[in-house]
Amino acid sequence: MNKYDVVVIGSGPGGYIAAIRCAQLGMKTAIIEKYDTLGGTCLNVGCIPSKALLDSSEHYHNAAHSFEKHGIGVSGLSVDFSAMIARKAGVVKQTTDGINFLMKKNKIDVYHGHGSFESRNTIAIAKTDGKTDKIEADKVIIATGSKPASLPFITIDKKRIITSTEALSLDKLPKSMIVLGGGVIGCELGSVYARLGTEVTIVEYMDNLIPTMDADLGKDLQRSLKKMGMKMQLSTKVTAVKATTKQVTLTAENKKGESIEMKADYCLVSVGRKPYTDKLGLDNVGIELNERGQIPVNEKLETKVAGIYAIGDVIQGAMLAHKAEEEGVFVAETMAGQHPHVNYLLIPGVVYTWPEVASVGYTEAQLKEKGTAYKTGKFPFMASGRARASMDTDGFVKVLADAGTDEILGVHMIGPRAADMIAEAVVAMEYRASAEDIGRMSHAHPTYTEAFKDACLAASENRALNI
Amino acid sequence: MSIQLKVPSVGESVTEVTLSKWLVADGDYVEIDQSICEFESDKATLEFPAEKAGRISFKVEEGSDLKIGDVIAELDTDAKAPAKKAVEKEVVSATKETAKTGSKEGSEEQKTNIEKRSSTNDTYAKNHPSPAAQKLAAENHVPLAKINGSGKDGRITKADVLQAVKDGVSASGAVEMMKRNSREEKAEKVSKLRKTIARRLVSVKNETAMLTTFNEADMSAIMELRTKYKVAFEKKHGVGLGFMSFFVRAVSNALEEFPAVNAYWNEDQVIYHDYVDISIAVSTPRGLVVPVLRNAESMSMAGIELGIKELAAKGREGTLGLEEMEGGTFTITNGGVFGSLMSTPIINAPQSAILGMHKIQERPVAMNGQVVIRPMMYLALSYDHRIIDGKESVSFLVRVKEQLENPQQLLFGKDPVDILLDM
Repeated sequence: MNKYDVVVIGSGPGGYIAAIRCAQLGMKTAIIEKYDTLGGTCLNVGCIPSKALLDSSEHYHNAAHSFEKHGIGVSGLSVDFSAMIARKAGVVKQTTDGINFLMKKNKIDVYHGHGSFESRNTIAIAKTDGKTDKIEADKVIIATGSKPASLPFITIDKKRIITSTEALSLDKLPKSMIVLGGGVIGCELGSVYARLGTEVTIVEYMDNLIPTMDADLGKDLQRSLKKMGMKMQLSTKVTAVKATTKQVTLTAENKKGESIEMKADYCLVSVGRKPYTDKLGLDNVGIELNERGQIPVNEKLETKVAGIYAIGDVIQGAMLAHKAEEEGVFVAETMAGQHPHVNYLLIPGVVYTWPEVASVGYTEAQLKEKGTAYKTGKFPFMASGRARASMDTDGFVKVLADAGTDEILGVHMIGPRAADMIAEAVVAMEYRASAEDIGRMSHAHPTYTEAFKDACLAASENRALNI
Repeated sequence: MSIQLKVPSVGESVTEVTLSKWLVADGDYVEIDQSICEFESDKATLEFPAEKAGRISFKVEEGSDLKIGDVIAELDTDAKAPAKKAVEKEVVSATKETAKTGSKEGSEEQKTNIEKRSSTNDTYAKNHPSPAAQKLAAENHVPLAKINGSGKDGRITKADVLQAVKDGVSASGAVEMMKRNSREEKAEKVSKLRKTIARRLVSVKNETAMLTTFNEADMSAIMELRTKYKVAFEKKHGVGLGFMSFFVRAVSNALEEFPAVNAYWNEDQVIYHDYVDISIAVSTPRGLVVPVLRNAESMSMAGIELGIKELAAKGREGTLGLEEMEGGTFTITNGGVFGSLMSTPIINAPQSAILGMHKIQERPVAMNGQVVIRPMMYLALSYDHRIIDGKESVSFLVRVKEQLENPQQLLFGKDPVDILLDM
């Protein structure tokens, strides 16, 4: 039986990063992946493929709607949907191959098959050919991630009633689609199809899109998506989703309590994700899940069994690739006797719609609940020269700063390239910058990032310079 | 309007204080309740808050001895607060700097403001470490408070921690450079607190008939008990199970049995107490303080640990009130934490006895004709022979020892089997 210092179960962004960091720190490391390709949800059926399709659909949408204003005439414009899906598949292959290379480079042994605990130190790997490998582990990192969640009365048939996984590989462009759940995944995949001409309706139980983020963001995103042609049914409680071979019928109760019915080619169920621990053999080591199906861990991300750690979607906290990565590094370094730290407040949240949405730190609702006195500075992209030049004037940057100390407590933005711009806010907050500090740093002109500077000036002393 | 700030009454029997330190600069604008100076009495040091907001002008200098009611400063309550409420605390050096540079452009006030804003002394960000600095500091056991952050507004950079590690800064204090052949002398004013301590100690030595009796206790039973219940106790009560709770309990039980040890000598009376208020000597950065754990005889073990933890924390932060240090019918002092093996503590007047705890050390002891190694602690009881007879003091200490060696006796003060059989 092969023996390892560390065995990582799951090769998503949490798992493979943890494995690399372990290897860098001199541990003999193995990683187990049940699918044929490495990279987990993020690389195969999540972040990367959805961004590939988001970009393709955005190019099309711009060609169809903005080029004319730029003075570019286009005729014979069409969508080759299968070519789009093929390009996406190519991007995924390139990226997952990249992980194979990284494993080789760091001398990490890769096992394909379903990993499970046989005992505290023995991991069984059930391979697709029916055989089982066994390896011995001194320490184990559980990084098995999550699966799309559903509602109790919905049967996902993967043909008409689908999850994000299927939505990334449809064979034909649908005419209509109901997106059940207006969270991050629903808004992103809904955008892909709406831009390509599908009639998309988002049905959401809460009264706002992306309801976990600052409320202003959801409202503004709603406006932008409606402008693009998406329909919204908010404050709507779905009661049934039924599928025939050709279409789906969704019945729901709207805000006024009336029963409504909708029909579409597909229903994308994007109501969240749930931790994935099926057949992991947790019973054999005495680990019990909490009521949310998560693996309980202490502040060192160690489970109740010493030497078995868990990271990413399978434990508490935001289900984000970059959160899992931070935890992967944290656990590897902790095992090596170092004292790393993860600042959970400063893990940014991002939605890759257009305009993009990004935020970090406390929301206004959280500050109110904490009873913190704060100041608000808001700067609309309409007032940004760079945004006007590119005709991306939707959205704003909002900065929340402590009323007494001027320290930045939260940054919430919706607008062009917000997903990239949020990094500046993370750095600022990690160093506990005041709003005025940012207001006194030179930002290149003309850039979108000037909007962050101006919002900081507005928060600090209500003295934005460009509005 | 201008109001006078006077030395407040800080407790009975305190007639004189020293203004040991101004916490603001002359001419500063102070906020209501902002601490403006530190008074030191013979009992404690305390901060003095401003009763109103306004511009302060000093009437006395740092280090002055003052009577209760003396005017220390005047406050101009009509003065305007600086245009932008200073985010940072007032910084003496910054304001002085401003005065020097004068003001050719802009008003003095604006300038002051700018100076304060750019001062690197104490914003909320002072000593906030960068992520890399935080990790490096944790791994090298460098306390962030001991690093002088060189980053903006005193932030700690990675380079700061690297330098601190190189300089050998550690939790126990900055490594002192060896001074060789220095023959310098330094005169330091004796503080009020120190003077009072000195006067009291000498008077106790002169005016009581103090002597010390010794015993020793085998600590293995308590150590075993602590190891076994440490985790569960902490989980349940949120406080560690230390040695002090065992000693406080043992002493409380023994004091009820020997009331003279818990009594005061008062001229021609002996005052007995039917409660046990234990003074606990705590070493703090400002010196030794002796806060009181009240009604210790009625407290649970967790209650004792929590009470001591709170008093010790207040002692370290310097927030102990006078009333928390007054009274006390018996004192426990633990020289063991500094490594003392044996001592003759001095009574905390007007109390009549004090128990000294010491270092637990493995020693060979004879037991049932065998030499065995046991964790032993010497116990010392200094007492006032005017009140307490030799038999009582020795018996008291033996009772304490017996309970420590047989923790089951701590429950009722004697062997539970004796209680059961009514013997």
